[in-house]
Amino acid sequence: MDAFTTLTGLVAPLDRLNVDTDQIIPKQFLKTIKRTGLREGLFYDWRRLKDGSQDPSFFLNQPRYQKATILLARDNFGCGSSREHAPWALLDQGFRCVLAPSFADIFYNNCFQNGILPVVLTGPEIHALFEGVTAREGYQLTVDLAAQLVITPDGATYHFEIDPFRKDCLYRGLDAIGLTLQHADRITEYEQRRRTQTPWLFQDVR
Amino acid sequence: MAAQTLFEKIWNDHVVRAEPDGTTLLYIDRHLVHEVTSPQAFEGLAVAGRTPRRPGAALAVPDHNVPTTDRRVAIADPISAKQIQTLDDNCKTFGITMFGMNDIRQGVVHVIGPEQGFTLPGMTIVCGDSHTSTHGAFGALAFGIGTSEVEHVLATQCLVQKRPKTMEVRVDGQLSPRCSAKDVILAIIGKIGTAGGTGYVIEYTGSAIRALSMEGRMTLCNMSIEGGARAGMVAPDETTFVYIKGRPMAPKGILWDQAVTAWRQLATDPGAKYDAVVELQAEAIAPQVTWGTSPGMVTGVDGNVPDPRTMGDDKLRQATERAIEYMALLPGMPIRDIKIDKVFIGSCTNSRIEDLRLAASFAKGKKVASTVHAMVVPGSGLVKQQAEQEGLDRIFKESGFEWREAGCSMCLAMNADVLQPGERCASTSNRNFEGRQGAGGRTHLVSPAMAVAAAVEGHFVDIRHWS
Repeated sequence: MDAFTTLTGLVAPLDRLNVDTDQIIPKQFLKTIKRTGLREGLFYDWRRLKDGSQDPSFFLNQPRYQKATILLARDNFGCGSSREHAPWALLDQGFRCVLAPSFADIFYNNCFQNGILPVVLTGPEIHALFEGVTAREGYQLTVDLAAQLVITPDGATYHFEIDPFRKDCLYRGLDAIGLTLQHADRITEYEQRRRTQTPWLFQDVR
Repeated sequence: MAAQTLFEKIWNDHVVRAEPDGTTLLYIDRHLVHEVTSPQAFEGLAVAGRTPRRPGAALAVPDHNVPTTDRRVAIADPISAKQIQTLDDNCKTFGITMFGMNDIRQGVVHVIGPEQGFTLPGMTIVCGDSHTSTHGAFGALAFGIGTSEVEHVLATQCLVQKRPKTMEVRVDGQLSPRCSAKDVILAIIGKIGTAGGTGYVIEYTGSAIRALSMEGRMTLCNMSIEGGARAGMVAPDETTFVYIKGRPMAPKGILWDQAVTAWRQLATDPGAKYDAVVELQAEAIAPQVTWGTSPGMVTGVDGNVPDPRTMGDDKLRQATERAIEYMALLPGMPIRDIKIDKVFIGSCTNSRIEDLRLAASFAKGKKVASTVHAMVVPGSGLVKQQAEQEGLDRIFKESGFEWREAGCSMCLAMNADVLQPGERCASTSNRNFEGRQGAGGRTHLVSPAMAVAAAVEGHFVDIRHWS
């Protein structure tokens, strides 16, 4: 996983509530056995008009947002299915950071597994960013993970909260499984204790 | 010791270690695996040279991609076929038990776990699928995870988790005749909203919940995720123990007695506190129908499609306008005037034997309207077999329903069961998102009884007053 330290990048706005993972990446793209190449499926249905052609009004089809690395979104972003294909597709498109007033739990968690920083800001802060990005082409933000700050072009700074443990893993790009395996002895101790207390939990599936 | 909730007891029992900020290494007892969210996890294991820590704690089944038509014929879609073959190969390589496509025990992952006695009270259970919340019906802590976490559980039998908050959703009283657990959960989501449970684990309590069968409790917990909660739970009781006893993977003999003794201690202690409490009265719950493109866009069958012009909040009004346009409805129109083209009875929400018995009891002697195409997809091969032994398949077929093989089917339309653009479906599944059942398709979520009545009449009817 790539580390996330400081990102300065172009912002793309998706002005819809409750964007679900079925929209982020529809089911036909879930048949892959790879993590890569999912950009093609990102917002597949929303990108197209009824006749199948590209919808020029959809934000990702507009030239001004082509190189965006920061996605600006509304409440409850990433609700629905647990499919990690959603963050994989966002990453494949070039997004490393999503800003929203709230996220669905599983999506929020999946972002951290893939080097994407999900940032929760207040409703008024997100509103101000939507106004900024629509008013000015080439609108960029700086996201500083160490300082937990989003910095706007006119110098406003918005603080965000993040769990210290998650922050550290993302900042250093750590392998989560490797970290857990450092505690293999503790896991073994736990299993030995529970095997005695609750033996029915350790019957192998056959 | 301070009074504890059901959730707190299970959580505390599974803490391997905790970081100073509360981040916890949580032990996972059981792991369900399916073909869509696992290939990249197995690939990750192989690349890192790792092996599953406890292959005997996992059970795999293909369900999302499987055809619901004749299984003796090869799968037409080569990409689906490859994904299913990949699961088969991975399970062989890594020593994980799998119920293959032609195994009678195959079915929707959240149907077969409980059916086999794989799902037990007091457990932590995960699966790369958001509807893993279903298993909370047994008083287990069960939640959906992403593929990276599937790999994490395979490699370590643990997950790194932040402790969620607790919410009690209390439903007291008696449900109206013909109203079901599906109506209860849709009404709850209508009340708390699709993000109302975000950050929480819900425990469902109250006399109306106690009165539910295990199938009903599974329907209820299944859709906790549609209310934003990763997990929903019901404290185990006699209903739970009766359901589990004798199932193939349930503990037997002395182990059974030991387990039940432990399970009786799991219920929330008197005086234990939740972080939030929501209350509903069962009598006030009408049969529910979703009208929009989010499960929270729901109302009683005696209600109307809302009028966005009456909404003060800009974002809510825009979302409502967009949903009504996508669904091709009119603001203020009665729900009962909505005409449907398709009916889907199935999914991890409503495809168990009790659902099918109930649906068949309403279908008996009736005919599906000539304008409607209706299908029934049992949750597992064993549900299908049971239903056929009881003659339910004949009732459905005589009424004009198609009777299919087990799988996820049109709930998410990854196989060939897909809505065409513009088609409108009364569905017993769990999500009415845009395009969920097929690009351009329109989904109304309902109970199995409401789905049957809609199939017969061609539009929604109030099942409470249906002859």
